[in-house]
Amino acid sequence: MRVVHRDKVWEFEGRMTVRQVIDRTGLIRGTVLPVRNGKLLTEDTILEADDEIKLVAVVSGG
Amino acid sequence: MKCRKCGQRATINMRQHKLALCEEHFLDWFVERTRRTIRKDGMFTADERVLVAVSGGKDSLSLWDVLLRLGYQADGLYIDLGIDGDPGYSHRSLEYARAFAADRSEAHLHVVDVAAEYGETIPQVAQRKLRGRGKPCSVCGLIKRHEMNRIAQQHGYSVLATGHNLDDEVAVLLGNTLHWQVGYLARQAPVLEERDGLTRKVKPFCRLYEREVAAYAIVRGIDYIYEECPHVEGSTTLVYKQLLSRLEVESPGAKLQFYLGFLRARKEGLLANQPEPVTLNPCPVCGQPTSVPGPCAFCRLWEPTGEKGRSRLGSPPS
Repeated sequence: MRVVHRDKVWEFEGRMTVRQVIDRTGLIRGTVLPVRNGKLLTEDTILEADDEIKLVAVVSGG
Repeated sequence: MKCRKCGQRATINMRQHKLALCEEHFLDWFVERTRRTIRKDGMFTADERVLVAVSGGKDSLSLWDVLLRLGYQADGLYIDLGIDGDPGYSHRSLEYARAFAADRSEAHLHVVDVAAEYGETIPQVAQRKLRGRGKPCSVCGLIKRHEMNRIAQQHGYSVLATGHNLDDEVAVLLGNTLHWQVGYLARQAPVLEERDGLTRKVKPFCRLYEREVAAYAIVRGIDYIYEECPHVEGSTTLVYKQLLSRLEVESPGAKLQFYLGFLRARKEGLLANQPEPVTLNPCPVCGQPTSVPGPCAFCRLWEPTGEKGRSRLGSPPS
């Protein structure tokens, strides 16, 4: 699956949960919101190998 | 995961509240939580006019959206800081604020262009002043505070609302606690009452996590500027937010408990023995309140700088 966060892209093999995906990117859970096709996902959602998700950054420094 | 209210697929799980909700019930929950904060802290009433400080980001546009949905008389103020050239970051941010207002007939947007008003952009004035050398954030904050108050006073708004969320507040709280800035702790509150020419300031999102605000913007379809200000890199606030978010993963609700515990302690008088706030007097140049004799810090920004006596680029504020 393809995972996008700002200008970074990861490719992972096989099925896994959103939580596992976030952990594998090294990002901190809670600092990103997982979105697939414009819809928010909870961390227990199982992603398929051909899924593409975006991890939207929620932290701003202002 | 199912929505606790209706059993449909949940769109967000908020571990700190042990609450998972679908899109519809999350939006209801979010608006209601904001409404309750406004009432609980006595921020403003339905007959008061509210000026929302709008940056084009998720927090301020979501706040404006919620206030309008709750039926408040809420207008927006965008301050064009002139960051990153033309067309640059500030102009792109303005476009998001304009598009938001254009979609809502009841929303009026005030725009202040700092360079047009005073002759220099924020990066330019920061470069010229010792206060801003290296990083313009301090100058930026000073100018924004001054201009927000000026417009609120000029147009008769009773309240100035900002989109500060729980993560913003907790990051400030951590910083003030680490450095035992007791004076700053005493002034950190959801409401700063009006006094001596300063408009009341409120933070209706202070009990909402940044993640919840971003989720609200996404679910509501609010287009906001996603990129960060180019000057934010390396900011202490970001470091504190990252630290606190790691803590939150291990201990859900840690941020909320830290903040609510602080508000409780404050209410119970933990910080009560602080000196009275200094008296504010009108600045002889711009008329805005200042704690120092002579021109205020804002007006001093536009004075000629240094031995070389570089000429004043901007007109004095009027």
